[in-house]
Amino acid sequence: MIRIPCPFCGIRDHSEFSYGGDGSIAYPALDAPMNDWHDAVFLRDNLCGVQTETWQHLQGCRMWLRVERDTMTHEIHSVTPAHPGMAAALESDQ
Amino acid sequence: MTRFSAWTVFKEGMRGQKGWARQWRDPDLKKHYDIVIVGGGLHGLATAYYLAENHKLKNIAVLEKGWIGGGNAGRNTTIVRSNYARPGNREFYEDSLKLWENLSFELNYNVMFSQRSHITLLHSPGAIDAVARNYNIMRRTGAPDVELWGLESLKKAIPHLNYTDNARFPILGAAVHKRAGTARHDAVAWGYARGADSRGVDIIQNCEVTGMIRAGVNVTALETTRGTIRAGKVALAVAGSTSRLWQMAGLGGLPIETHKLQAFVSEPLKPLLDQVVVFGIGGAHFYISQSDKGGMVFGGDLDWYKSYAQRGNLPIVQDVTEAAMSILPCLGRVKLLRQWAGVVDMSMDGTHFICKTPLDNLYLNAGWNYGGFKATPASGWWFADLIAQDRPHKMIRDFDLKRFERGLHIDERGAGSDPKLHG
Repeated sequence: MIRIPCPFCGIRDHSEFSYGGDGSIAYPALDAPMNDWHDAVFLRDNLCGVQTETWQHLQGCRMWLRVERDTMTHEIHSVTPAHPGMAAALESDQ
Repeated sequence: MTRFSAWTVFKEGMRGQKGWARQWRDPDLKKHYDIVIVGGGLHGLATAYYLAENHKLKNIAVLEKGWIGGGNAGRNTTIVRSNYARPGNREFYEDSLKLWENLSFELNYNVMFSQRSHITLLHSPGAIDAVARNYNIMRRTGAPDVELWGLESLKKAIPHLNYTDNARFPILGAAVHKRAGTARHDAVAWGYARGADSRGVDIIQNCEVTGMIRAGVNVTALETTRGTIRAGKVALAVAGSTSRLWQMAGLGGLPIETHKLQAFVSEPLKPLLDQVVVFGIGGAHFYISQSDKGGMVFGGDLDWYKSYAQRGNLPIVQDVTEAAMSILPCLGRVKLLRQWAGVVDMSMDGTHFICKTPLDNLYLNAGWNYGGFKATPASGWWFADLIAQDRPHKMIRDFDLKRFERGLHIDERGAGSDPKLHG
């Protein structure tokens, strides 16, 4: 079991989370050439080592997270909210 | 090469088994090969065999970073079937099944191909309709052995499934693919290795590729843990590690993610299950057969996150054993003997690639998702054809890297462009 330190809920088992995928992809502008969209949707660097990826804490706070994880050792290097603005807005509501 | 026959077995029995020679050489690495195949798994070895056998090519090497048969060749659940319905896949997997049917004779090596039938359990009217469509496509395209069964036939064939009314997903019927079955994975690796070696192919084990040297749009040499090798053509068949080699060639991204898939084997039991049985509904996904040694061999879903680690995670062990219990409650007290994981190329549409690449002399065989084992003979056959002829035969025309640019997805499951969803 991988243990993911969720910034909202604390350390939780990875089975509470849903894996998003490569978090380093930046989607192009809507009117960008088809090739740019092809590359963003279909091509992956598929790194062996530390990669940035997204996970959703589906059975917890339901927030999307940006996780730096080693794809060989499964070691987690950092976890931050994927949408910092949304996190800040939720914090300010309290 | 000693030709195997009942007579040689008898003769060796009479003289103390002293006449057997090793089945393939352990040759020294040459400085140059016309064709270098990277990856001594089933597809790499089959490719080497067909390059030598079908195309009469010489001066070929297969490089394997570990030992042959030690990667995914030794980590799969050995299921062979052709129940694919999308154009492209349909012809390809049917072709593969036909090659399987003759493989032991072709290789003079008993690959223990057992056409014990592959039975997919059906639990809803929707599932029956969907499978009827696919299996009708199969019947119309060269596979008259597929049938839809009601409960009566199914109970007769497999009496000990969970037929109780209070099952979470009661069984309504089954889709049956009679020519499907299992084969002995080691024998497939060894049979192809022996056949390739006897036709002059050098199988180089403990030789990991660590770099590629390029001159313009050509790969000129490979750097390996056993020295630099110059190559006329380079062919990649390294499921799981494709992206790493792709990046060594300086080619950037691929429509592939590396995921791990677990498999399990129980302690040996007396004959219990004569068929391959598949269960999949409500998020569960499970397939099981019994090996010739008696072990129940089974598997389920991916671990659901990208990984290069060849070790499985515990939540999937639980999922898979729960699925086992839900259809075969008689397994409840059976001990699990081993559990392991292999890393597989999960592609964006669940279909593989056998194609040319942006480099003139680099060829790609990758993206086999869950299903590389059954594809072995056709994969080797057509990859060899591509390398030898330097053009894709129409059989593999759409297994190229450009199909997404053309808007073509060969998406058997209809899951969309997320590699982990293509079960």
